Amino acid sequence: MLFFSYFKDLVGQEVTVELKNDLAIRGTLHSVDQYLNIKLENTRVVDQDKFPHMLSVRNCFIRGSVVRYVQLPPDGVDVDLLHDAARREARGG
Amino acid sequence: MSSWAGPEDIYLSTSLASYLDRKILVLLRDGRKLMGTLRSFDQFANAVLEGACERVIVGEQYCDIPLGLYVIRGENVVLIGDLDTEREELPPNMIRVSETEIKRAQKVEREASELRGTMRKRMEFLDFD
Repeated sequence: MLFFSYFKDLVGQEVTVELKNDLAIRGTLHSVDQYLNIKLENTRVVDQDKFPHMLSVRNCFIRGSVVRYVQLPPDGVDVDLLHDAARREARGG
Repeated sequence: MSSWAGPEDIYLSTSLASYLDRKILVLLRDGRKLMGTLRSFDQFANAVLEGACERVIVGEQYCDIPLGLYVIRGENVVLIGDLDTEREELPPNMIRVSETEIKRAQKVEREASELRGTMRKRMEFLDFD
């Protein structure tokens, strides 16, 4: 639940999602759900030449199970808040 | 999350409802690229694709192989992309070829990567420092 809430707060920010098949997609975080499925808007693929089929894809749905990383803007994260939330979750859980 | 989404929630949620009846690109875990019209989906990202075709790309060549009506099991889905009909789906330098031609190109590419694989294994066996 912690990361679901965390991602909900990040909606509207520019992120880069790196998938397990090495595809990296940059876009605006539109929405997230309990499975950490991600919907991105205004997407562009990082290495466009390697993935020509993605040229006209502007919005996409990414299944949570295939995400390796979600790269965030360094100032888009309040690390202390996240740290506190994690400690609270560890204590309660 | 357990209650039904209202009509406005569709604009904010991660549901595939906004892609219904649209032409979409589905990337599968095995690397295949399917295209078609999304007719149905569920919470596992299982999907029904009407008029589906597989877009095979080898280098600068591509071919669309028609498949018909497909039901895709959600666990194989990597990504579902909304195809913007205003934009070009592929870079302009790409050449459309026939199914036999693309299958031949795929075979060549597969044999080349297998050869690279066996050569690498031989090098690793020799354990060069």
